[in-house]
Amino acid sequence: MLKDITIGQFFPGTSLIHRLDPRFKLIITLIFLIMLFVGDSPIGLVIGAVFTFLSIALSKIKPKLFFKSIKPILPFLIITALLNLFFITGGDVLFKWRFITITTGGIKTSVFMIARIILLISGSSLLTYTTSPIALTDAIERLLSPLKKLKFPVHELAMMMTIALRFIPTLIEETDKIISAQKARGAEISTGSLAARARNIVSILVPLFISSFRRAEELATAMECRCYNGGEGRTRLRQLKSSMCDYIALAVTLLFLAAVIIVNIIF
Amino acid sequence: MAILKTEDLTYTYSQGTPFEKTAINKVNLEIEEGELVGVMGHTGSGKSTLIQHFNGLLEPTSGKVYLDGEDIWADKKKIRDVRFKVGLVFQYPEYQIFEDTVYKDIAFGPKNMGLSDDEIKSRVYETAENIGISPEYMERSPFELSGGQKRRVAIAGVMAMKPKVLILDEPTAGLDPKGRDKILGLIKSYQQKTNSTVLIVSHSMEDIAEYADKILVMNKAELFCYDTAVNVFGLSNEIEQMGLDVPQITRVFNKLKERGIDLGKEVFTVNYAKDLVLKALKERGLS
Repeated sequence: MLKDITIGQFFPGTSLIHRLDPRFKLIITLIFLIMLFVGDSPIGLVIGAVFTFLSIALSKIKPKLFFKSIKPILPFLIITALLNLFFITGGDVLFKWRFITITTGGIKTSVFMIARIILLISGSSLLTYTTSPIALTDAIERLLSPLKKLKFPVHELAMMMTIALRFIPTLIEETDKIISAQKARGAEISTGSLAARARNIVSILVPLFISSFRRAEELATAMECRCYNGGEGRTRLRQLKSSMCDYIALAVTLLFLAAVIIVNIIF
Repeated sequence: MAILKTEDLTYTYSQGTPFEKTAINKVNLEIEEGELVGVMGHTGSGKSTLIQHFNGLLEPTSGKVYLDGEDIWADKKKIRDVRFKVGLVFQYPEYQIFEDTVYKDIAFGPKNMGLSDDEIKSRVYETAENIGISPEYMERSPFELSGGQKRRVAIAGVMAMKPKVLILDEPTAGLDPKGRDKILGLIKSYQQKTNSTVLIVSHSMEDIAEYADKILVMNKAELFCYDTAVNVFGLSNEIEQMGLDVPQITRVFNKLKERGIDLGKEVFTVNYAKDLVLKALKERGLS
C-alpha cells in the first residue's frame, strides 16, 4: 500500500527534455509558473497549455502518468471550483435559486483555476519525472550559490534535501516491515476500531523513529570516514554543463512568456 | 494430519504492472506437526514470501494455505486468529521492539489476543524463563540490553502467544557464534518442551544441518525439495549449483569420496563425522 507513493518519482530517459541542464529546467519551470499566472485571458491560458503539451510530447513520457499525478488532488480541485462557482459574483447572472447564484464571472474563475492547476501540476511533474532528484538538488545548490555570500547555508540545505530524498524509499520499506512485524503480533492496523488503531500506531512510530536515528548516526559516521566536511573545496563527479540546446529552450520559453504578456496587453 | 499445507500456492508481486514478478510459483507442501524444519534458499528464491503466507500476512494470488486442515482465507475476518496460531519472527526482530519495559514488550502479543492479566503475566514469565531472560530484567528498558538479549526479548514476544507453529526468519543474523548457538539451542529446547512445529529460515547450512529434522529448499520461486537432512544433503551437487552452500564437513567428505575414501554415508554434522571416522579407523585397525 505504501509502495504507491509517487512523490519525486523519476523516469530515466534520453529525450530532449531529459538531457536539458537541470539548472535550466528549474528556471524554465519557474518561468512557466509565471506564464500561467500572468495570463488572465483565455488565449494566454491556451498559450500556456500549448507550452505544457509541447514539453510533455518532447519528453516522451506517457500522458497516463500525468493523469496519475493529478488524480489525488482532483477532489480538492472540484470542491474549490464549486466554491468559486457559487460565491464569486461578477458578469451576468445566469442562474439564481435561493442563496445560490451562478454568474459568468464565477464560471470564468472556476474554469481558469482548474485549467491553471492542472497545467501547473503537469508542468512541475514533468520536471521531477525527467530529472533525477540528485541532479535537481545539484541544480538548486548551484542556483542558490550566490546566497552563500549572505552566509546562507546553501550546500548544507542541498545535502539535506539529497539525503531526505534518498531515504524516502528506505523508510517506506522499513515501515512496511515494521507494520508486518506488529501485525504478526496481532496488532490491528488496517482493521479494528479507531481507538485500537490509534494505539497501535505507537508500535510502528517508535521503532521507526529509533531506526531513523540509528540510520542518521550510521550515515554521519560513514560520511565522516570519507572525510566529508561540508561543501568547502568539494569537487563534483557530474559537472553541470549548459549547451546550445539549453539556451534555445530558455529562449523558446521566454518567447511564450512574451506572447502571454502581449496577449494580455492587447485584449 | 499435516499442520500446514499449501496447494498450488502462487504469489505475484505488483500484478498488472511492468514490475510484475512471481515470487512463489505453485508450491505444494505439507509440514507435519512437531517437526523442526530448516528453510533454505538463495536471496530472492521466495522463502520470505512463502513464510509470510503461513500466517496470512500475504494473501495468495492463487492456491490455498491450510492450517490444521482449514483454509486460512475461508473467512477473512478470522485471519487475525491465524496470526496467533502461527507466530512469525521477522529478521532483526529487535528493531521492532517499542515498549518501555521488557515485560510490556513481551506482553504486547498476548494482550492483543485478549487474554486475562493473570494469564498474560504467567505467559510472559514462562516464556522469559524458556528463552533465558531472568525476571530482574522485566522492568528494565529493552533498549538498554545487549544485541543478543534484545533479540531474545523480541523472539519471546512471539513465543508468548504460544503459537502452534513458530516461524523464525534468520534468527541468528548478525550474532556472534556464541549468541548464535545460544539462540538456536533455546529454540530447539522450546520446540521439544512445547512440542510445537518450528520453521527456521537460515543461510547457514551448519545451523540447519545440526538442528533441523527436515529441510525445505526454495529455488527460483519454486519448491526444490522438502525432505530429511540426509536426503537433502545427498543432493549436495544440485544445492551447490543453486549457489547455496552445503555444510563444510559435507564438502570435506564429498572430496574424500572423489579421492576414493568412501565412508558410504551422507555426513553433515561434525559430531557425526567424528564418530564415522573413528569407527572407520577402528575397522581398518589404525587406532
